[in-house]
Amino acid sequence: MGLLSDIREDLKFFGGFKLTFEHLTRPRVTRQYPEEKKPKQPRQHGRHVLSRYEDGMEKCIGCELCAGVCPADCIYVRGLDNPPDHPVSPGERYGYVYEINYLRCIHCDLCVEACPTEAITESKLFEFSFTNRADAIYTKAELLVGSDGRPQKLPWEDWRDGDDLHTSGWMRATAPNGSAAYEGEVQWSGELGYGVRPPEGGQSGRRDDAATGTLALREVLEAHLLDEDIPLAHRGMRGRLWRAQLSAARNRRKMAQARERFKDLRAARTRDRREPRQVRP
Amino acid sequence: MTGPTHDDVSGVRRAPRASVAETSEGAQELATRTRTPPAELRREAGAVLRIPEGGVVDTGDIDLERPTDETMIINMGPQHPSTHGVLRLMLELDGETVLRTKPVIGYLHTGMEKTAEELTYVQGGTNVTRMDYLSPLSNELVFSMATEALLGVELPPRSTWIRMLMAELQRISSHLMWMATNGMDLGSTSMMIYGFREREMILAFFEKTTGLRMNHNYIRPGGVAADLPDGWEDDVDVICETILRRTYEYDELLTGQPIFRERMEGVGSISAEEAIALSVTGPILRSTGVPWDLRRSMPYLEYDKLDFDVIVGTFGDNFDRYAIRLNEIRESIKLVRQIAERMPPGDYRVQDRKVTPPPRARIDESMEALIHHFKIFTEGFRVPEGEVYVAIESPRGEIGCYLVSDGTSKPYRLHIRGPSFVNLQAVPALLRGGLIADAVAIISSVDPVMGEVDR
Ligand code: SF4
Ligand code: SF4
Repeated sequence: MGLLSDIREDLKFFGGFKLTFEHLTRPRVTRQYPEEKKPKQPRQHGRHVLSRYEDGMEKCIGCELCAGVCPADCIYVRGLDNPPDHPVSPGERYGYVYEINYLRCIHCDLCVEACPTEAITESKLFEFSFTNRADAIYTKAELLVGSDGRPQKLPWEDWRDGDDLHTSGWMRATAPNGSAAYEGEVQWSGELGYGVRPPEGGQSGRRDDAATGTLALREVLEAHLLDEDIPLAHRGMRGRLWRAQLSAARNRRKMAQARERFKDLRAARTRDRREPRQVRP
Repeated sequence: MTGPTHDDVSGVRRAPRASVAETSEGAQELATRTRTPPAELRREAGAVLRIPEGGVVDTGDIDLERPTDETMIINMGPQHPSTHGVLRLMLELDGETVLRTKPVIGYLHTGMEKTAEELTYVQGGTNVTRMDYLSPLSNELVFSMATEALLGVELPPRSTWIRMLMAELQRISSHLMWMATNGMDLGSTSMMIYGFREREMILAFFEKTTGLRMNHNYIRPGGVAADLPDGWEDDVDVICETILRRTYEYDELLTGQPIFRERMEGVGSISAEEAIALSVTGPILRSTGVPWDLRRSMPYLEYDKLDFDVIVGTFGDNFDRYAIRLNEIRESIKLVRQIAERMPPGDYRVQDRKVTPPPRARIDESMEALIHHFKIFTEGFRVPEGEVYVAIESPRGEIGCYLVSDGTSKPYRLHIRGPSFVNLQAVPALLRGGLIADAVAIISSVDPVMGEVDR
């Protein structure tokens, strides 16, 4: 009895190995960042944009409310009276200077909640890696959306497909001021290029995930789920095949890019050889 | 000039150290035995401040006569990977046995309590949330509850229940993080990966709800920033289901492991009297068998309407603290399920236009709404004069917020009673007489978050 239970105790030692081996058959939860990224939710706070009305006018009226509420003191705004012959914004004034210092910004998005005209909103981009301080200060030239309503893509920002689609989600989520009666109602003006964005359903029951871009956790973190919760096509052997195909496609893409680069490099080198560098007299 | 000389063990006279001793750095140091008066030594060794001498600590077994050249004072941290941040410990060792310990803090001091005096109550949440960065929502919750106590507003039920839902999820994520780092400190890298894997699910849900993975500024004075996202019921369901099942895997990996138990059982034990004398709270206090959980002992929000157990231990050792945290994850899952089931509909912010900004649709229609909107976002709202102390149960113990208002829209004084800071006082008592190899495991079992210790 004593011996047996002792042995049983000792055998528990192998329980951990069993668990480790089980993991060999489970899908991998890590991702090949930065090639592959986790999908982003519409409420996510990211780099700001200054939006325009559907007619192309700027929404910012230079009221400095965003600068006033910013807990990190990183917004600098100066308003100016609209020139009467070609007004920039529909209001009396417009934002003449607009700067956000991203070395200070904590992405609390209080500015987004404060803006009375929904001018400053957030995109879903959070991966921006500047190499000098001047780049970190975004001025109006960088923040303002382009003539198609899309955020400008700066060279040091890592934009992916879809990152620019669900801009201003946090503004819409926080617009109802806590009153259930206003949930699911449109309370904002249209944006150039996107029109009037749909609200989240909330308690109104008018939920449309496809329009708002809300993703279920089951989709975002499929590999984290219990085996029986993972869709059949992504489970077991079929899942492995599916993942292998995905990664093969990714590798092919990478190889093609490398080949392109190599071709360019070789072309440049042969050009150099043919035309020896001009020596300045 | 003749100042006190460095320990003259070898008989060699060294340069006077008066200059260092007079600085704050000198005061931080753990002095050698020859330079420490017996009363001080007793205090450092016992590390129990409020127990009368001869009470719990047997001062007789404190070896005052031990010659200095037999022991060694070493410095651990602040840049040590296992001190969980920038904790610095000065340890006096006799071979591998720890005799005295002195935690030195302040390496992460950022003056957040002072900053709080410069921010309005609207902005304040962004500041306090950064204190205990592993459970930011607890900080926000206690700050908001303190502000509301001064304001005297009555919250709509949905906001209270959303707060409870988020706080319990936060407790799970914080304990999972602890399971992960504790596993890593003991050399179980699998546990580290698993803990982070499960925590990711909760962070993903936070990201979906609050827009951020940490430091949310989601719970605010007057309610919560936004309603729960579309499809939250299913998300919460899948979180509960998955994590509950995974905790049984942890059982297999750690709880039943002979090696793990060897390292945890009987290590770093503390008695209930000592723990209470040191004002320790949270899992460390409960591990000694004291069923003190503010959710049960002094119910706040709606915890008295929910069914859950307070987990207590018996021996007050590392293993009990581990078991408590693991079982608290299960209890929290139980709570989250109940909360999700009973989530009431309705408003999620107090409908008081002095505190909550108007709906966006109203700004364009009503001048008055626009004025309120401007006032709240620039000047904030005024909080009546007074002072208040509110405490809740964070994953680490009692987190309290002492708030003094002078009637303006910014706090006159904000003080946080950080559970990590108070629990850290127990470290000398826990380490004393143990092995240096266990020190890392013990520090980890205290679960200090330095952001909250230094604030
Ligand atoms: S997100 Fe917060 S910190 Fe950043 S600019 Fe807006 S208000 Fe300031
Ligand atoms: S972005 Fe909005 S809040 Fe800021 S100055 Fe322009 S209109 Fe005012």
